[in-house]
Amino acid sequence: MKYEVVMGLETHAELDTKSKLFCGCSTKFGSEPNTQTCPICLGLPGVLPVMNKKAFEHSLKAALALHCEISKFTNFDRKSYYYPDLPKNYQTSQNYFNIGNNGYVDIVVKGKEKRIDIHNVHLEEEAGKLVHPETTGANYSLVDFNRAGVPLLEVVTQPDMRSVDEVESYMQTLRNILLYIGVSDCKMQEGSLRFEVSISLREKGSNILGNRVEIKNLNSMKAVLKVIAYEISRQGSLLDKGEDVLMETRLWDDVDSVSRRMRSKEEAHDYRYFPEPDLVPVWIDQGWIDETQATIPELPVDRHRRFVNEYTISDYDAGVLTEDKPLADYFEECVKMSQDSPKELSNWIINDVLRELNERKTNVQDFAISPEMLVELIKIKPTIGSSIAKDVFIEMINTGKTATSIVKEKDLTQMDDVSELDDVVTKVIEENSKAAEDYRLGKKSALAFLIGQTMKITKGKANPKILTEIFKERLSADPK
Amino acid sequence: MLSHELSANQIKEKIVKREITAQEVVEDLFEWINLMEPLIKAYLYLDKDGALLKAKEIDKKLSNGDKVGLLAGIPVAFKDNICTAGMKTTCGSKILENFIPPYDAFVVKRIKEEDAIIIGKTNLDEFAMGSSNENSAFHITRNPWNTDCIPGGSGGGAAAAVTADMAFMALGSDTGGSVRQPSAFCGNVGCKPTYGRVSRYGLVAFASSLDQIGSVTKDVSDAALLLQVVSGHDGFDSTSATVGVPDYISDIDSVDGNLRIGVPKEFFGEGLNPEVGSAVMDALEIYKRNGAELVDLSLPHCGYAVATYYIIATAEASSNLARYDGVRYGHRSQLSEDNIIDMYSRVRAEGFGSEVKRRILFGNYVLSAGFYEAYYLKASKVRNLIKNDFEDAFKKVDCIISPTCPTPAFRIGEKITDPLQMYLSDIYTIPANLVGIPGISVPCGFTNTGLPIGMQILGKHFDEEKILKVAKLFENETDFHLKKPELN
Ligand SMILES: [Zn+2]
Repeated sequence: MKYEVVMGLETHAELDTKSKLFCGCSTKFGSEPNTQTCPICLGLPGVLPVMNKKAFEHSLKAALALHCEISKFTNFDRKSYYYPDLPKNYQTSQNYFNIGNNGYVDIVVKGKEKRIDIHNVHLEEEAGKLVHPETTGANYSLVDFNRAGVPLLEVVTQPDMRSVDEVESYMQTLRNILLYIGVSDCKMQEGSLRFEVSISLREKGSNILGNRVEIKNLNSMKAVLKVIAYEISRQGSLLDKGEDVLMETRLWDDVDSVSRRMRSKEEAHDYRYFPEPDLVPVWIDQGWIDETQATIPELPVDRHRRFVNEYTISDYDAGVLTEDKPLADYFEECVKMSQDSPKELSNWIINDVLRELNERKTNVQDFAISPEMLVELIKIKPTIGSSIAKDVFIEMINTGKTATSIVKEKDLTQMDDVSELDDVVTKVIEENSKAAEDYRLGKKSALAFLIGQTMKITKGKANPKILTEIFKERLSADPK
Repeated sequence: MLSHELSANQIKEKIVKREITAQEVVEDLFEWINLMEPLIKAYLYLDKDGALLKAKEIDKKLSNGDKVGLLAGIPVAFKDNICTAGMKTTCGSKILENFIPPYDAFVVKRIKEEDAIIIGKTNLDEFAMGSSNENSAFHITRNPWNTDCIPGGSGGGAAAAVTADMAFMALGSDTGGSVRQPSAFCGNVGCKPTYGRVSRYGLVAFASSLDQIGSVTKDVSDAALLLQVVSGHDGFDSTSATVGVPDYISDIDSVDGNLRIGVPKEFFGEGLNPEVGSAVMDALEIYKRNGAELVDLSLPHCGYAVATYYIIATAEASSNLARYDGVRYGHRSQLSEDNIIDMYSRVRAEGFGSEVKRRILFGNYVLSAGFYEAYYLKASKVRNLIKNDFEDAFKKVDCIISPTCPTPAFRIGEKITDPLQMYLSDIYTIPANLVGIPGISVPCGFTNTGLPIGMQILGKHFDEEKILKVAKLFENETDFHLKKPELN
């Protein structure tokens, strides 16, 4: 492609608080319409907002996790526009004095790190939701204000992303960070995490930014990736024809997979921002910053780096493990308790634990096998063998019992005793003299058959290593 | 003397001493209101049944020997931009003509807790925007001293009601003088406390950084009583102060010695009616005779106060009034609507009066991209300069005295076609709102034609105690507050 694509992202994340940003209403998702409302979040005449401190603390935490410069003085501003889902016809947001500015997020794309600059992080209130009747020809719409006033974090990047992969990695990294620090549940199906992307194209090597198109209404990462592909081809073909890309806001239609013009630059809103006189400024002192900083756990990218260095696991494995904080915690708990190599533990978690979690559609927090139980299984694995260990693993999930008790109950301990095994081998050779003869004559594959027969008799408990040695010794020696 | 002619403190004393029942007070009052209201038209809503019910409740408490509140049995009116649960709150606007709030404003809750009796809601300029009451969407209230004159605004209904003995006290709002100016025009005591002293929760916002709830009373002691009840922190108003509330009532007659009164030259200059000017000068002489020192002052930036005020107030108003869109409550156009924009336009075109529309347009203009810095931001800076002027002044004096308004009440229709002249009517009251300091207007004389003249006393932030005492000192020396208009 002869064009370079330049992209920036605005992310809205609903903050995880019990009550709304400016009133005491619950933020619970999925309740009956308008059951979580009060005069304040309905914008009745005469009401006033009072800020939820928890929401502010969450925002401060997010700004710190995104390495922002924290403003000593922050204030809310009113952003004016008319829409029926906005009770006051202005949104209380931040414009002139954001909580955080000039931060960054480090992302990893194909093993390479890249820094995405954050323009600002600020706090604002969520709007309600329009409900359009399903009957055709209905001439009304309804509004549900349950979401109106839920605290919303907005994270705005600089136009630093140059590929779909970078955008995808940024979205995942940001989501992980917000989950890691526990400020948002980031449930995209509930609209807790939403994106707006700005895209422009320019000739490769050019320093001048092309006309920017903003696309709103992106409720999933998949939609973001789709819209980028769509816009790159739409804008590219305009430029190929020598036409201008119009500076405008477009809306993504997920059903038809197209973007449509929402408003042109000329029709752009004048939000008439001014300081919110009903709220008082919030001053953030160093003590508050330090206190909040102390509550931020190690972030995914740092943990990823550490896992590779400290546990000498692969970059890929470290990536998989750190993508989900509870999973990474699970891994580290196992490492702490175990004498086995972190590599062995990581293999079990990535191959077996993750497979079962996916199949059973559950998460690691609710997983039947605790780190302790997994470590125990891996510890006794040499005594039962790999293949039985896998069976025991499944049995543990189904019954919740420990590996030791399952092995004991089902008498699954490996047969390691040479004389005991010798007797069985004698019997197998007698019954399969043809195969034994074949092996002696140099047919190596006959050995596998003989071992298989032995395993059948011992119900898989025979130690395969010892067994192989006995067979080799017996069948290489001269026949009596 | 008929019971409705008494002050709030007086009627309360009689009720508590069981010389008269609250029920009798309410019955007498409504009889008087029935007589006077057709002439004055102070009210938008009267609740005789509710008032009687509450009166009986208080009488019962008293006969049981139960403890009663600070305002026991006192009939109180509210300006109709203060939310009263279950009682219409229209803001004098068509757009809220049938709006019944589901909640009580903080001040309503407080006075109910202290056993006051709510009698009704008084008229105002639409959304408190006006200085004459002529902008009410419903009717014009008349000045009881001369029914051809306006009662002032925006709280003209409250001031006229108290002056005509149709309420013992009232609560209003003062954004640029809406309590003090009508009180001056109607000859009663109007007090605007410090910004943050009284919670604004439930006061329908006009200009949030300027709005303050204030009292309209027959005398200074009544003002102290009402303020005592409504002042104090409220967790539902982020701008409500946590500063402690002193006892306004007990020591009201004791002014500390060496009172220094500032007399700012900017408040006695061009445009001041000579009769008003000389009445205030006479009042200052009375203070002097009582040992006060008069200090000449200059507040150089006050000349910009009206311009600054109209930028900040309209900017905030344009945003505060955006919520009246017909979606959730209020007026909804009967005409067919093609789309949501259409609906908004119709609702607002039909629902708002012309002064409100003028201010919304003005406010949107000063906030729009490219103009914000030149207007809103600059006005905010000038506001700070005016604050500094007062800060400097209060280093030298305990309070500042000026006329409340440049003229006495004017005639109905006299200024309605000239908004600028109308806006200048608030030239002396506006600075207190921009700065956030408390101010009180007390009657200090009458014109040759018998219209009341008001004197304004301004104090330091949260020093209501001082201006109440200074006002009371004057009241003790004069009888202007006792004069009543001849009605019938
Ligand atoms: Zn609410």
